[in-house]
Amino acid sequence: MRDTVRFLKGGKVVELGNVGPTETVLDYLRLRRRETGTKEGCGEGDCGACTVALGRLVDGKLVYQPVNSCIQLLGMIDGAELVTVEDLSQDTRLHPVQAAMVEMHGSQCGFCTPGFIMTMFTLYHDAGAEKSRKTVTEWLAGNLCRCTGYRPIIDAALEACFDAADDAFSWRAHETREQLRQLSDSSDIFIGDSDCFFSAPASLDGLAALYGQHPNATLVAGATDVGLWITKHLRDLPRMIWLGRIEGLDRVEDSPSGVLIGATATYAATEEAMTGLSSNLGELWRRIGSKQVRASGTVGGNIANGSPIGDTPPALIALGTTLELHSADGSRALPLEDYFVDYGKQDRQQGEFVTGLFVPRLSANQAFRCYKITKRFDQDISSVMGAFRLTLDEEGVITEARIAFGGMAGTPKRASGAEAALNGATLDDPSTWGAAMQALLSDFTPLTDMRASAEYRMETARALLAKALMEVSGTAPEEVRVLAKREAGHDRAA
Amino acid sequence: MTAQLDPNDLDTPLKHVRKALPHDSAAKHVSGTATYIDDMVEPVGTLHVVPGWSRQAVRGKILSTDLDEVRSAPGVVAVLTAEDIPGKNDCSSAFGDDPVLAEGEVLFYGQAVFAVVAETRDQARKAALKAKIDVASITPILTAEDAVDADTTVLPDYQFRRGSPETGMNAAEEILSGSMQIGGQEHFYLEGQVAMALPQEDGGMLVYSSTQHPTEIQHTVAKVLGVPDAAVTAEVRRMGGGFGGKESQANQWAALASIAASHTGRACKIRLDRDDDMIMTGKRHDFKVNWQVGHDGEGRIRAVDMEFLARCGYSVDLSLGVNDRTLFHADSSYFYPDALIRSRRLRTDTCSNTAFRGFGGPQGMLAAERMIDAIAITLDKDPLEIRKLNFYDGERNLTPFGMPVEEFQVMHDLIAQLEESSDYWARRDDVRFFNENNAVLKKGLALTPVKFGISFTLKHLNQAGALVHLYTDGSVHLNHGGTEMGQGLYQKVAQVVAEEFGVSLNKVRITATNTSKVPNTGPTAASSGTDLNAMAAKLAAKEIKNRLITFLCEQHQCGPEAIFFGDNKVVVGDQSFSLADVAKQAHMARIQLSHAGYYATPGITWDRDSATGRPFFYFAFGGACAEVTIDTMTGEMTVDRVDILHDVGHSLNPAIDLGQIEGGFVQGMGWLTTEELVWDEAGRLRTHAPSTYKIPTASDIPEEFNVRLYQGSGNPQATVYRSKAVGEPPVMLANAVFCAINDAVASLSPGLVPNLDAPATPEAIMKAVQDMRRRKIS
Repeated sequence: MRDTVRFLKGGKVVELGNVGPTETVLDYLRLRRRETGTKEGCGEGDCGACTVALGRLVDGKLVYQPVNSCIQLLGMIDGAELVTVEDLSQDTRLHPVQAAMVEMHGSQCGFCTPGFIMTMFTLYHDAGAEKSRKTVTEWLAGNLCRCTGYRPIIDAALEACFDAADDAFSWRAHETREQLRQLSDSSDIFIGDSDCFFSAPASLDGLAALYGQHPNATLVAGATDVGLWITKHLRDLPRMIWLGRIEGLDRVEDSPSGVLIGATATYAATEEAMTGLSSNLGELWRRIGSKQVRASGTVGGNIANGSPIGDTPPALIALGTTLELHSADGSRALPLEDYFVDYGKQDRQQGEFVTGLFVPRLSANQAFRCYKITKRFDQDISSVMGAFRLTLDEEGVITEARIAFGGMAGTPKRASGAEAALNGATLDDPSTWGAAMQALLSDFTPLTDMRASAEYRMETARALLAKALMEVSGTAPEEVRVLAKREAGHDRAA
Repeated sequence: MTAQLDPNDLDTPLKHVRKALPHDSAAKHVSGTATYIDDMVEPVGTLHVVPGWSRQAVRGKILSTDLDEVRSAPGVVAVLTAEDIPGKNDCSSAFGDDPVLAEGEVLFYGQAVFAVVAETRDQARKAALKAKIDVASITPILTAEDAVDADTTVLPDYQFRRGSPETGMNAAEEILSGSMQIGGQEHFYLEGQVAMALPQEDGGMLVYSSTQHPTEIQHTVAKVLGVPDAAVTAEVRRMGGGFGGKESQANQWAALASIAASHTGRACKIRLDRDDDMIMTGKRHDFKVNWQVGHDGEGRIRAVDMEFLARCGYSVDLSLGVNDRTLFHADSSYFYPDALIRSRRLRTDTCSNTAFRGFGGPQGMLAAERMIDAIAITLDKDPLEIRKLNFYDGERNLTPFGMPVEEFQVMHDLIAQLEESSDYWARRDDVRFFNENNAVLKKGLALTPVKFGISFTLKHLNQAGALVHLYTDGSVHLNHGGTEMGQGLYQKVAQVVAEEFGVSLNKVRITATNTSKVPNTGPTAASSGTDLNAMAAKLAAKEIKNRLITFLCEQHQCGPEAIFFGDNKVVVGDQSFSLADVAKQAHMARIQLSHAGYYATPGITWDRDSATGRPFFYFAFGGACAEVTIDTMTGEMTVDRVDILHDVGHSLNPAIDLGQIEGGFVQGMGWLTTEELVWDEAGRLRTHAPSTYKIPTASDIPEEFNVRLYQGSGNPQATVYRSKAVGEPPVMLANAVFCAINDAVASLSPGLVPNLDAPATPEAIMKAVQDMRRRKIS
C-alpha cells in the first residue's frame, strides 16, 4: 500500500502525499506550483488550452500523449512523466516546435498557444506519424484557436513535428525510461481516510474489495466524463477509485474471432484494432473527442457511465458486442444493448463494475457501415449516429440486419422494426428497401435539443439507412460522403 | 495551402515598417511566459468572486432571495447584492440600463443577482449554487419576431432613404423579395472574462481587466464605487482574445471585483467559468431580414427595400452603433439608385447583444449578397456577373448614406485579379460537370466582394493618445491607448516608433495600456486601433525627435537636413552619435524627452440625425472565392478551396495582416456554418460551452487556402505609412462560403432561390434542400 502519488517533472521525481480525490492536474500546476503557462480555456476538455503531455512506458518505449489537464485528476498521473510548456524551452532557447510557431506566426493572442505547443510536442515525439496535413489536423483537432484560422499552426506543425526527435527529452530518454521503470510498482494507492480518499487499486480483487467496502465511491478510468462532474457540475465526490493501475484491465486482444477490450483501454489504444475490424469504425474512432480525449478516455468508461455522450455504442451494438461485468460475487456477460436500460439508467448492480467488452469480427458475408452526423466534423458529439451490419446470402438478399442509432432515443437503441423489415430485402433492388425506411418512423421518437430537431434526426436516420444500402449495394456509382471525397482528393484543382 | 507575402511589399527602404516581423510576444506565447490577468502574482490574501444567478428564471420579478446557505458555506467572506454597491448599480457604456446585480427583477436567463466572495474560487463557485431565488416568471420575449409582435424596442427605429425607393421599385422590370434568418455568434475568446481589483489609498482602486476599453473600465468602476474617475486606474497588458466581446462586456466583472475589493479591503479577482461567460455575456446580434429588390430585367438593381430586425437583448449596450453599421453595409459593394434601408432595434428578454468583429456590418452585407444571388438565379445568370454589373463605378458611386466610393477602381481591379487567380470560370464549368454527374453530393462556387467602412460612426471615438519617453540610455518607453488582444497592435506601433527614432526594435519597450498614462481613450475597436494609436505614437516620437534635431542644430551649427536618425545612430554631418549620447546631451541641456502624442481622424463629418456627411475616412476592400461540397442526404458540408485577395493599403506588417485576414475569414466561416446558438423554448441558452457550441477547428479550414495581399498604390488617405485597417473586414470574406453553399443548394432546382438561413449547419442545409425539392414538385 502506497499513500503517495509519484511522477516525474523536469527530470525529478515528485512525490505528493496530499492529493485530493477531485484535484485536477491543472489546479495542481496553476494553484499549487504557481506555474501559469498552462491555461484554462473551458474547464471541460473541449478547447485544449490546458493541454499537457504525459510520458509513459508502453512496451518499454517512452510514449508522450497529450491530455487535457483541466479534467485529468492529479492522482491519475502516478507513474508518468508530466511535461508542461515551462519544461520545453531551455533557458532562452526555444524547442523546435516553439521556434516553428514563432517563425510561422502561429500565435496571435497567445492564450491557446501553450496547449498547441504541447500537442505538437507529443506529435514531435511520435516517430511513427506520417507527415501529412491530415495527420496534423487530426492531432490538433482538440486545440481550439479563435485568432489565427489555423493555417500558420498547421504549417508550423508540418515544419517542426516530423523530423527525428532531437531535444532535451530525446537526449535524456534513456534516463527517463529508467526513472519511470523505478516509479513503476504494483502496490495499491490509498491517500486519505475512509470518508475522503483518492485510491488506485492494483488488482481486480483489490478493486472488488474496495468497491464492496465503499459502494458509493466514484469509479474513474479516463476522467473525460467524471472530470466534468467535478469542474462543471461541482459535485462532491469524496471517494475516488481510479482504475488505471489495475493489472491487465487495459488489455486489447485482437483475435480471429474479434477484439476484446479491457475496461480501461483508451480510445487511442484500441484505434488500431477497431480500424482492423472496419475502416468505418476506424474513422469513427478518429472522430471521437480529440487526441487528448482519446488518450485518456476509455471505451469501457463511456459505456459504464451510460453517458448520453456516446458515439461508440451504436456501432458496437450493431457489431454484436457483449459486455462483461464483475463484482465481488462473480462475473456476467450481456449484449451491450441490454445494458442501456433507459436514459441515465444502466443494468449495473451495486458493487458491480465493467471489466471489458468483446466485439466480434465481421464474417465474409457481412458488411458494416457507420455514420456520425455532427455540426463540426472533429471533436463534436453526434446529433445522429447510425450503424448498420448487414448479413447477406449469395444472392445479395439480406438475411440479418443489425441497426443501431444514437441520438434517436434516450439511449443507444436498435431499430428493431427496420431490422425486421430488411430481412429478405434485396440489395440490388431499392424497391425492397422502402419497408425498412418506413419502419424507422415507428422505431424511434427522437427529441429536439441543441444538436438537432426531432424532424432532422428522423429524416437523417432514414437517409443514413438509405446511404448504407446504397454503399453496400454499389447502386450509387459515385462517392456519397463529403469527408471521404475530401480525403480522396477528388476535388483538388488540376 | 499558401499564404504568400509579396516580395514587393517587403522591398522597402524602411527598416522596421512593412516588415513581416513576429508578434512582439510570440516567444512568450509559445513558452507560456506571456502574462494574462489570471497569471499575475496575486497579492497576499486575494479573494475570489463568483457571480450567482437563478438557474431557472428567464424574466420576472424577484419575490425573495435567500442567501443564508451561501453565507455559511465554507470559505465565504462576503455575499454582495445590489444593496452593497456604494455608487450607481450600472455598468452600461452609456444608456444606464445594465445593472451590475439584478435589482427587483431578473431581465434574462443568466443575469447576476448576487456575488460570492470567498477564499478560493472553488469555494465561491460551490457556495453560489446554494442560493434560493424565487422569481415570479412571466412569459419572456425571445426572438426578433416575438419582439415585433410585442412592439418592444431598446432604441427608436432608424433608416437610410436615398432617391425615391417607391418610384424606383414601381419602375423596375422585375421585383424579387424574400426573408432570411441570420444567426448570432459567441465570441469564444480563449481567455474568458477576468478582472482583478486592488484597493488603494483614499478609496482608490487599481483594476487589471481583460478589456478592449480600459477607459470605460475606469469610468464604470468609479461609477459603481461612487468615486471620481481620477481615483481609479485600469490596466491591461494583453487579452487572450477580444473580438468585440470585451468592449463593453468586461465592465460588469471589473465592477464586481472592485465592489468586492472595496467591501473587503482585500485584492479580489473574478474569472468567469466558461459556461457562465457564454450564458451571461452578449453576442453578435442575430437578425431577421426582409428584403425586396427591383431590377431592370438584366439584373441591374433599380431599387431596394430592406428591413433589418435585430435581436438586441434586454438593454441597449452598443446596439445603436451595431445596427447603424448594418445599414452602412447593406449595400455590400453594390450601387442602389433608390434605397430604403430600415432598422428595428428589438428588445428581448435575452442577454444584451454587443460588439463582435464587423459590428453589424456582416449581417448587412450578407443580406445584399442574398439579393444578388436571387437575381442571378432567377435570370439564370452567374452570380458573379450580377455582382459586377452592380458594382460601384465612376458614375454610380454614391452609397445609400451619401458617401462616394472613391476607390471603386481598387474594388474592380481586386475582383478581376481574384477572378483570374482563382480560375473562377473554369471551375464554374467543373462544378457544373460535377453536379451533372453526382446525385448525392453537390458542389457550389461563389466569389464575393468586401467593402468595409473604416472609422467609428460615433465621431468622438475617432481620437487617440500615446505617451512616449526617451530615456538617457537611448531606450524608448512606448505607451498608447490601444489594447492588445492578439491583433498585433503593440507590434505595429512599436515598429512605427522604432522607424521614427531609427533604432532597433529592442530599444522600444512596449508597456501595458493604462488609463493613468493615456487618459480618455476610446475602445480598441472598429479596426481602427493602428490607424489611431500608431499615428498618435508616431506624432509623439516625431515631436521628441524634432526637439533633438533643434538641439543638435544649435549645438553643431547646422541645418536639420544634415541630421539623420537611423541604424541606432544619430548622424550629424560627418559625426555619428548613439541615440543615448544625444539623449544624454539633450537632457543636460534641459530638453524634455517625453511627449504625449494625440491624433484625431480628419474629414469625418457624419451627422446621424440628418443622415448626412461622411462617416468613414476610407473603405477597405477584399474578395473571396469559395468552393464547397454538400451532402444532399444529410446536409454535411466541406469547404474545399478558398482564394482570398485583400486590400490592406501598404501593409505595416504583412505577416500580421495575413494573420488577421486568415483568422477573420475562418471566424466568419464559423459564424455562417458550424456556430449555432440555441435557446430553448423557455429562453435558456443551451449552447454554453465548446462541447455544444462549435467554432471551427483545424480540419475545417480548406485544404487549398490561398491568401494574398492586394498590391495597390496604398491608402489614398494619409494614414500611417498609407496602410489600411484590417481587423474586421476579413470576417466578411466568409460570405463567399455561405453563397457557395447557397449555390450548391440552388443547383437542385435551377431558377428557384433557396431559403437557406445562417448558420448553414447540416440541419439548415437539409431544410433548404428539402424546401427546394418540395417547391420543384409543386
